Amino acid sequence: MGLLGVAGVLALTACGSKVNAAADGGPSSSSSSAAASSGAAKESCVDTSGDSVKIGFLNSLSGTMAISEKTVQESLTMAADEINAAGGVLGKQLEVIKEDGASEPATFAEKADKLIQSDCVAAVFGGWTSSSRKAMLPVFEGNDALLYYPVQYEGLESSKNIFYTGATTNQQILPALDYLKEQGVTSLFLVGSDYVFPQTANKEIKAWAAENGMEIKGEEYVPLASGADFSTIITKVKDSGAGAVFNTLNGDANVSFFKEYKNVGLSADTMPVVSVSIAEEEVAGVGVENLVGQLTAWNYYQTLDTPANQKFVADFKAKYGEDRVTSDPMEAAYTSLYLWKNTVEKANSFAVADIQANADGVSFEAPEGLVTINGDNHHIAKTALIGKVAEDGLIYTEWESPAPIEPDPYLSTYPWAEGLS
Amino acid sequence: MKFLTSSRFSAFVPFLLAAVVLFVLAPGILSDFRLNLLARYLCFAIVAVGIGLAWGSGGMLTLGQGVFFGLGAYAMGLHMKLDDAGPGRAPDYMPPTTDWLPGWIEMFRSGPITIAAIVLLPAAVALVLGLATFKRKVRGAYFAILSQALAAAFALLIIVLGSQSGNYTNGTNGLSNFRSFFGYDLNDPVNQRMLFYLAAGFLLVMVFIARQLRNSRYGELLRACQSSEERVRFLGYDPANVKVVAYVIAAAMAGIGGALFVPIVGIITPMDVGVAPSIAMLIGVAIGGRGTLWGPVIGAVGVAWAQSTLSEQFPAFWTYVQGALFIVVIAFLPGGLASLGSVIRNARGWWDDKRGRPAEPPVAVTDDLKTDVGSRV
Amino acid sequence: MDVVVSQIFTGLSIGSILLLAAIGLALTFGQMGVINMAHGEFIMAGGYTAFVVQGLFENAGVGLLLSIPVAFLVGGLLGVILEMTLLRRMYHRPLDTLLVTYGVSLILQQLAKTIFGTQGKSVETPTWLQGPIELFGFDFPKTRVFVLVLAVVTVVGLSMLLKATSLGRRIRATVQNRQLAECSGISTRSTDRLTFFVGSGLAGIAGVALTQLAPVNASVGQAYIINAFLVVVVGGIGQIKGAVIAAFVLGIGQAALEKIYDASLARILIFVAIVLFLQLRPQGIFNVRTRSLA
Repeated sequence: MGLLGVAGVLALTACGSKVNAAADGGPSSSSSSAAASSGAAKESCVDTSGDSVKIGFLNSLSGTMAISEKTVQESLTMAADEINAAGGVLGKQLEVIKEDGASEPATFAEKADKLIQSDCVAAVFGGWTSSSRKAMLPVFEGNDALLYYPVQYEGLESSKNIFYTGATTNQQILPALDYLKEQGVTSLFLVGSDYVFPQTANKEIKAWAAENGMEIKGEEYVPLASGADFSTIITKVKDSGAGAVFNTLNGDANVSFFKEYKNVGLSADTMPVVSVSIAEEEVAGVGVENLVGQLTAWNYYQTLDTPANQKFVADFKAKYGEDRVTSDPMEAAYTSLYLWKNTVEKANSFAVADIQANADGVSFEAPEGLVTINGDNHHIAKTALIGKVAEDGLIYTEWESPAPIEPDPYLSTYPWAEGLS
Repeated sequence: MKFLTSSRFSAFVPFLLAAVVLFVLAPGILSDFRLNLLARYLCFAIVAVGIGLAWGSGGMLTLGQGVFFGLGAYAMGLHMKLDDAGPGRAPDYMPPTTDWLPGWIEMFRSGPITIAAIVLLPAAVALVLGLATFKRKVRGAYFAILSQALAAAFALLIIVLGSQSGNYTNGTNGLSNFRSFFGYDLNDPVNQRMLFYLAAGFLLVMVFIARQLRNSRYGELLRACQSSEERVRFLGYDPANVKVVAYVIAAAMAGIGGALFVPIVGIITPMDVGVAPSIAMLIGVAIGGRGTLWGPVIGAVGVAWAQSTLSEQFPAFWTYVQGALFIVVIAFLPGGLASLGSVIRNARGWWDDKRGRPAEPPVAVTDDLKTDVGSRV
Repeated sequence: MDVVVSQIFTGLSIGSILLLAAIGLALTFGQMGVINMAHGEFIMAGGYTAFVVQGLFENAGVGLLLSIPVAFLVGGLLGVILEMTLLRRMYHRPLDTLLVTYGVSLILQQLAKTIFGTQGKSVETPTWLQGPIELFGFDFPKTRVFVLVLAVVTVVGLSMLLKATSLGRRIRATVQNRQLAECSGISTRSTDRLTFFVGSGLAGIAGVALTQLAPVNASVGQAYIINAFLVVVVGGIGQIKGAVIAAFVLGIGQAALEKIYDASLARILIFVAIVLFLQLRPQGIFNVRTRSLA
């Protein structure tokens, strides 16, 4: 009986369309070709006839990433409320549908599919880890829908169905390296969690170091699962005598790392640590006393002195509590919703193709300063900020790039980066 | 077709019913999106059939099915990535400078080898671990803990293979962004529908295999091993061999479920194969009735459906539900919902238990228990 | 030489954490046959206890030291509640206790997230535990020395309890021959309950120790539970000394492999080594002789 079923299926399968791209051409380095190669992309079901339009927020509300991603959803919610209070987008109120990615890439893919196909949202905002973005990418390309992704990442990606409102490598990691070099640091130790962002970032750092005469004293990865033991790694770090540590650890691993770092007698004066995943939200968790004087690289700090930021911080505290802090990914998420709004209004349409066509040059006076969409690679120009953690748990800018840095996800303007992408 | 006219026809009524539901009803009433979700649940149901055999009939607590699921899934995923890349090219997630792939990756370029590997790889791993534990008479509890540790080690191995000396498995990001399944465009809704039929067909085949095994002399032996390994040994059989066979078949079924999961869901990551997903695969089986033929299937689909639906409403709530299900079903309803009737009839027995007199356990007492209790005697 | 000494110390440190996590299991799993997956969450409860108790005191050190007995009580009470409500009726189904307690562990984790939030809570390290200490001419982090000492004190305390007290005698009698123990007038019911109380309480102490190395969060138990079970499996059922040796051997092995390879690969190799070891000694390092056939 079952065998009959399978046989029937195999016969029926002949109905579906075959992929021809694989036969006639090689794979393109950019993944964005997938949707284009399909002649049978699904029809959009977005309904804009009423006086409201649906958008989706897809963040992890459970699992290990919930701690970070909840804050992103809060700032997204605040942006949506603000926009609705000010009359909506093209006169339509935003109807937000929230989904839980559960910190699992496969769930992100499933829920993205649901938001697009079942809820028919005009755009989705969310994702945090690289794996969640990589999981959602084919879903958005396959359905020709839009994702706004608000977190700094490792670069080497550009999809026409994703807008990246966090930093790419040349807006965060490279400025941090340049800053260290300027400070007279001549050797680095690389410490990261064992997953794609730290590995790719460190590959880029090593290529940069080879070009800039920076010595890499060591490179260590710890498993993502909690409970990793740092004593061996810290011993290696200490014995290396490196000028600084470049830290791409994720989450609670930072706490164990910095506690151990302090316990073996290291300090920011002797061997500073530059972290790219520790923002205001994480400082309290790691413990201010463990972090004071250490460096971070971002594009936004709560302490920025711009009118837009003062309003953003005040509104956020009013909405969610005086003791709350704002961070770079939260700001990038908040900004992403406004960038979408501004693009829709420029295009005078909610359609994906119109948004893609009109995105270039759309800007927003964000809390971090003026940001502008690059229509070619869908990233945004951002100012790099190197900050120092202070006693009050906030991060204060030590150095900033003279102007917003144009995004270059494939590092194509850097000769030393050849062969990375 | 002889069986259709035989008196055993009634045994096939459930198969007919399932075929009608899966091949006629579901495609008729569900949207493409919901049908795809159902296809995903069917993958877990295929795994559940195997667990029903090994755990339900054989009494082996298989806590590492995620490993076999993952082996099948990664075999299929690697094949699809290599296929998308085209002849002689490396998959798009590897560094563009990759000009050579090791043989164990390269072999997945071949469709037939991949299909064989989906069944044989999990079976081989299960054979080794099964012989290593059952032959040495390692306790049941040790087997459960070892298979759990195996799941943890396997998830780590996938990550290590994605980072050390070449990005073979794409680490925590997993394999995704597939374009085609044996040449068929995955973005085409028609092909997605076909994948559903494929999963449904395989599920029915697996249940059929399980049914034949359960009703055979081997099935009797397997159940005998569960209730008393010693007696089986005294009868001249080696219980280790009997158990290994069921464990290997369960592993192969998990591999098939994993292989179908990849084109249907479009992604496989180490998070889908570790400790937690491995244990989660058990709960549906327990709810449906671990000792029954169709219970695991219905339970697995039901739990997966409940998870999708409940987590849409209340994200954190699902964890409580899952925890409560484990407690209530295993502690109070070990026979699953299938045994609900007899449990209610035995309600008085539970009352007696509360008064301090032990009630008869509703499922057969396993041999493990005997040896474990024995060690205290 | 420096490297060898520092790696041995690291190994002892990892081993002492494993030992603290596993020593309670050596009682509840090793002696009673219950596979308690919620043991990890009892560790977590101990960690949160340290966080809460420390918050009540001005002095971080006093809070930390006081939280050790409190965490023992908290872990023990959780264990007794679990034993009385669920496990009591399941002693004849050891494999099923694994799944039931896994359900309990899921619920406890989610409860912890609801009560304490998803972000890890840092327990303050008192000033007298900060920085390194010089021993035999080498610098060692004081916190790790503290955990090591705590582990040793705990194990010695447990051995004394088992050897020298009447409760200890009852526990050993029950483990060795339940029927005979009952015939001699020992209430095996209450002995079981007390054993579970002590075993779970030890998890609470492990939780306090861990807070000095890492933040306490809802998944901290998950991180240690499987390795803790492996320690008991390797150590062999029924004896504390097996667990002690297994914990330190695994710890030193892990440290050495981490030095040569990396942390992920080290864990995989350790697993392979354990499976091979069980081929040689299926019953672990030590085993109490039984009359069972298996």
